[in-house]
Amino acid sequence: MSPKTLYDKIWDDHVAHEADDGTCLLYIDRHLVHEVTSPQAFEGLRMTGRKVRAPEKTIAVPDHNVPTTPGRDDPKNMTEDSAIQVAALDKNARDFGIHYYPVSDVRQGIVHIVGPEQGWTLPGTTVVCGDSHTATHGAFGALAHGIGTSEVEHVLATQTLIQKKSKNMKVEITGKLRPGVTAKDITLSVIGETGTAGGTGYVIEYCGEAIRDLSMEGRMTVCNMAIEGGARAGLIAPDEKTFDYVKGRPHAPKGAAWEAALTYWKTLFTDEGAHFDKVLTIKGEDIAPVVTWGTSPEDVLPITATVPAPGDFEGGKVEAVQRSLDYMGLTPGTPLSEIEIDTVFIGSCTNGRIEDLRAAAEILKGKKIAVKRAMVVPGSGLVRAQAEEEGLADIFKEAGFEWRLAGCSMCLAMNPDQLAPQERCAATSNRNFEGRQGRGGRTHLVSPGMAAAAAITGRLTDVREVM
Amino acid sequence: MQKFTTLTGIAAPMPLINVDTDMIIPKQFLKTIKRSGLGANLFDEMRFDDDGKEIPGFVLNQPAYREAEILVAGDNFGCGSSREHAPWALLDFGIRCVIAPSFADIFYNNCFKNGILPIALPQDVVDVLMKDAEKGANARISVDLDAQTVTTSDGEVATFELDSFKKHCLLNGLDDIGLTMEKAASIDAFEAQAQAARPWA
Repeated sequence: MSPKTLYDKIWDDHVAHEADDGTCLLYIDRHLVHEVTSPQAFEGLRMTGRKVRAPEKTIAVPDHNVPTTPGRDDPKNMTEDSAIQVAALDKNARDFGIHYYPVSDVRQGIVHIVGPEQGWTLPGTTVVCGDSHTATHGAFGALAHGIGTSEVEHVLATQTLIQKKSKNMKVEITGKLRPGVTAKDITLSVIGETGTAGGTGYVIEYCGEAIRDLSMEGRMTVCNMAIEGGARAGLIAPDEKTFDYVKGRPHAPKGAAWEAALTYWKTLFTDEGAHFDKVLTIKGEDIAPVVTWGTSPEDVLPITATVPAPGDFEGGKVEAVQRSLDYMGLTPGTPLSEIEIDTVFIGSCTNGRIEDLRAAAEILKGKKIAVKRAMVVPGSGLVRAQAEEEGLADIFKEAGFEWRLAGCSMCLAMNPDQLAPQERCAATSNRNFEGRQGRGGRTHLVSPGMAAAAAITGRLTDVREVM
Repeated sequence: MQKFTTLTGIAAPMPLINVDTDMIIPKQFLKTIKRSGLGANLFDEMRFDDDGKEIPGFVLNQPAYREAEILVAGDNFGCGSSREHAPWALLDFGIRCVIAPSFADIFYNNCFKNGILPIALPQDVVDVLMKDAEKGANARISVDLDAQTVTTSDGEVATFELDSFKKHCLLNGLDDIGLTMEKAASIDAFEAQAQAARPWA
């Protein structure tokens, strides 16, 4: 039997059917659902008289549209179309009998934070959701990726996905990270190297000492942005940290089932000598705190660098860079640390967990913001409660940050949290496309520590200067 | 799903790389609970100004391309989100074929679920098609899915590759779910075996 990668192992354990041409039906263990990409799928089921095949494996939560301010339980406090989508999910969850965390439930939050928090995400499972950042769950050694609404309907009806196997890519981060450098900087730096298409057609396995050293939350941050490098899914092999995180969570296996699961999970690693089609190695020590300067997640540079010029690039990127600079209102040669910031957003499925909030609070303790507005949006009601217990919320509020309720918030302008045209934001989210946070809004992606640093100085700042 | 066999139509040139899903259909338009109607907001932020007036320079606003059925674009078309609203918007506008040197994975797959044919061709071939498209209303490009060819207005023919299963479904307008239901026995068998082997999952 030839050596297999982790991806090969999970794939092989989930093929329910294989056609002659290699097209497979991949069985899905966990189907996460949110309100934006599911209405048409449930409607499709209704129109064809079909049921959800495995409601016990289907978990829904509203996150993209919901306001993050008090009183959001009341639909009158949402725009009409947002209220319609959330109401549709409420009804669909009830009618089809799936697991559901409504807005009024403290466990509600961003779907990719709630899944792991509640113990739905387990090593070796296949996890899908109508959202590209489903890659997050790969941190557990789960095969997890985003799907479109038609595929959501297909999974609801058949609990399978029509898939052809991707190729294997290894991203190894060796050595140790320097102080001030985080999981966010790792994942942005990888995309800076590969470009937004470097992983297209691949499933990435992240490995190496610097990856092993990350906490589960750090690993989730890294895998979250696999899709921004083009890879559908990102995986990290499970280890003791993974098992410790999962143990005891509401939907994690218990007792004898736990022991059986553990035995299986310990087989989830890449065999010696397994083949990877593409390999990228980055030294942990070489990674600096980074920011994005442009309108693509691949536009990554250390905070110590300057705004690039179109002439620094080749081919189609030359024009793209000029377009980005115009949109972002930046001049080549400007030190990145001189770029003034209007707004700071700490949150999102990338960096909305308790460790992210701790990192930001560490910087903000006893300081005041120098930006026009700043908000912290915890990733779930439970993260929020924990942050309040630890006194982090007080630190944020005293610094001048708005302390919000859980949701996708300012990551993407589908709810009231949006940028005005040309408003410049340091954000701990995952996309800096034109208009992502609001029409004409200017996004710089950073780690939570870097966002906090920018908040107190009023400009993009090297977090190491304020640590 | 509507089948795709052949298409002869006006091709709109969009010589941009990394056209992302936020450009194709900005997030505020994801609030619909239907699949239809998004054509009005296709490329919204490039097509309309802050007051909602058409930006004359944008390709799809130009008289020659308002009825475009084909789009010719740069590398990594459709990168970003898994939102199927992107192909829905293209389809609702009237575009049934996108030609580019490369596509983002999820967008590429989503196209096939909606009767849209995404065609990947080498950069130098796309360059020829881009120039052809730039001729405007005089230039019609032809696509033949069965033959896997793209023909320029001058009669130059290029062939493209694609997965045979995807081709088969698109040519015949087949419903994925119906096809999968035919394999229900395999799914039942898998579930039974997995339930025994990994009951916690």
